[in-house]
Amino acid sequence: MSGIVLEIQLIAVVVAVACALPGAFLVLRRTAMLSDAISHAILLGIVVAFFVVKDLASPLLIVGAAATGVLTVTLVEMLTRTRLVKEDAAIGLVFPALFSLGVLLIARYAGNVHLDTDSVLLGELAFAPLNRLTIGETDLGPKSLHVMAGILALGLAFILLFYKELKLSTFDAGLAAVLGFSPAALHYALMTLVSVTAVGAFDAVGSVLVVALMIAPPATAYLLTDRLAMMLILSALVGVVSAIGGFWAAYALDVSIAGAMATATGICFLGAYLWAPDRGLVAVARRRRRQRWEFAETMLAIHLHQHEDRPEAATELREDHLVEHLAWTAAFAGEVVRRAERHGTLVRRAGLLELTPPGRKLARATLSR
Amino acid sequence: MTPGSLLQDLLFDYTLRTVALGSAILGLVSGALGTFAVLRRQSLLGDTVSHTALPGIALAFLLTGSKAPLVLLLGAAAAGWLGTLLIVAVLRTTRLKSDSAFGVVLSVFFGFGLVLLTLIQKRPDARQAGLEKFLFGQATALLAQDVAVMAVVGAILLAVVIVLYKEFKLAAFDPDFGLSVGLPMRRIDILLTSSLVVAVVLGLQTVGVVLMSAMIVAPAASARQWTDRLGTMIALAGLLGALAGVGGAVASSLTSRLPTGPVIVLCASAIVIISLTLAPRRGLLWSWLRRLRNRRRLALDAVLLDLYELSRQHADRAHPHALAALEAMNQRGGVGRSLAALAARGLVQAVSADAWNLTPAGRQEAERLAATLGRRP
Repeated sequence: MSGIVLEIQLIAVVVAVACALPGAFLVLRRTAMLSDAISHAILLGIVVAFFVVKDLASPLLIVGAAATGVLTVTLVEMLTRTRLVKEDAAIGLVFPALFSLGVLLIARYAGNVHLDTDSVLLGELAFAPLNRLTIGETDLGPKSLHVMAGILALGLAFILLFYKELKLSTFDAGLAAVLGFSPAALHYALMTLVSVTAVGAFDAVGSVLVVALMIAPPATAYLLTDRLAMMLILSALVGVVSAIGGFWAAYALDVSIAGAMATATGICFLGAYLWAPDRGLVAVARRRRRQRWEFAETMLAIHLHQHEDRPEAATELREDHLVEHLAWTAAFAGEVVRRAERHGTLVRRAGLLELTPPGRKLARATLSR
Repeated sequence: MTPGSLLQDLLFDYTLRTVALGSAILGLVSGALGTFAVLRRQSLLGDTVSHTALPGIALAFLLTGSKAPLVLLLGAAAAGWLGTLLIVAVLRTTRLKSDSAFGVVLSVFFGFGLVLLTLIQKRPDARQAGLEKFLFGQATALLAQDVAVMAVVGAILLAVVIVLYKEFKLAAFDPDFGLSVGLPMRRIDILLTSSLVVAVVLGLQTVGVVLMSAMIVAPAASARQWTDRLGTMIALAGLLGALAGVGGAVASSLTSRLPTGPVIVLCASAIVIISLTLAPRRGLLWSWLRRLRNRRRLALDAVLLDLYELSRQHADRAHPHALAALEAMNQRGGVGRSLAALAARGLVQAVSADAWNLTPAGRQEAERLAATLGRRP
């Protein structure tokens, strides 16, 4: 049993990393929804290839299905280029049509084969280790592990080999074209990789969850870093954590592993969304609050600086006068004064607020900016 | 089956009548509301909402133990709505673009829905049979009461669109102007999106999660080709959606083992293809013909101007010039054909087999062309 548990986790991890790497580029290139389109449209490719080769395990099936993925991207681009529909509408038109064709073909002609829309859409990771790769008598482990490891190696090789080109064409397609790289060729190469990965992974996790593994980890990483290499590493890491965490949650609750993995990527995303060190909601809210107080303290210092040693000082430098002059509430004014005292920019003397030398320096520095 | 008996079935066969009516309502409502989604470049919102609805359906069942369509649809709408709000929040507060926000919310919600579905599967008191139809849609399982629910909700949605037509129009085309005249655009936006969510949820039972997105996009994208006016586009999209619905329902009833949802989507796709090619002015066929005509006209103009240029070089303006000379001047080819076409219009004439000159009309035309091209007259 523990052997199978280990194997499932291994497959899950490999699938997660294989999906996360090309996914990072999809997120950066604003084409994330193409993964959704591809992962659905490959159903048609799988069905058609199945009719041709009559074998669900054939590698030709992967090639045929991946070709449908590329076809989807091509059709979307052709439709967009007519300028009759926008890109989002083109995606929304192409993949349901291809998916429908696939469903119809299955319903009409493949009803009695092990090829149903449920398994394409949902996948079942728990069954993946049952399909073994054997040579002669030796058991080499689950077949899908080998397939996905091969796809992962392919993806890794592609990204390492064309790292510079991918980076350039992702962030500045115009410059890439000027320098003589072909953004279109790279785009299609990337889409081929996405298609192959989606086909390999659908078997294990189903098409919708391919989208989860391709988009959510890179989106999470994107909230955490500004560097491409770091983003790729973090994407893979989030994928791995989600895969293992999702597996154990599913194991404990006896629910769909793929679903739990997708949920785990969502939890990672939510975590980054809320608590990312720089861009998280909490960090942003905290920064805003701090800036608000800092601004108020500076205002107060400037106010005191303007009126100290002047005839009106006796009225202007009183705390209750701030309510009138700066349009603050009494409570807010009190809090600002307390903070300023704590930071040593002013002291109270004989019922009046008096700037300290650092406070005076702050006011002058701000005014001279 | 003859058309007569088909009509009879449509009117009197309970299943077909129910399915066709349900699909028609679905197409009508999703077409009308999809118009706004397509115009606002949120076509994939339909796809997203329909996937996002899954955990809502499962939770509604887990909490109430009921499989009544209204209960499940309420759950679906709540989840779809929550997902939409999350997308809006992510877009407003992070640097992620809409495609990533859609993708994350869609897939994570769907995955969580799967977890819930497998939880339900384990409960001894209930099988998930009733819930699975939301994944792929099962139009043939529609009951008269389901259709009644769809009709009422659909009518409310259409009424909202009619009453708030002006506001929705602003939301689609110029929300900033709406803000500047003091309209609560945020609230209008939320109402419009919520209506779309309800429309999507309404169709889940019939065509299922994956294919519902097509019902939002396809009728609206088709209608867009035929008109530039919003009101016409909404009405036409509703009509085309209903047409696809009825067409799909009928076509799938004619053949065995033809699931309704995919057939409806393929009908809608066929309407898209027809609209993209044949719609007047915008259609691909017409623009292709236009390009062809332009190219031919340019070819004719080029030959005419070349001949004019030659005649200006020569003391005798009526002196005929050799075809070979014209061919040497022309890079495009097809000079002989162009000359024949020009001759047919009386602009050039063949003096001998291989020599041509301009007619007076041709000279005038060439002078006009040269003037518009900025050459010396």
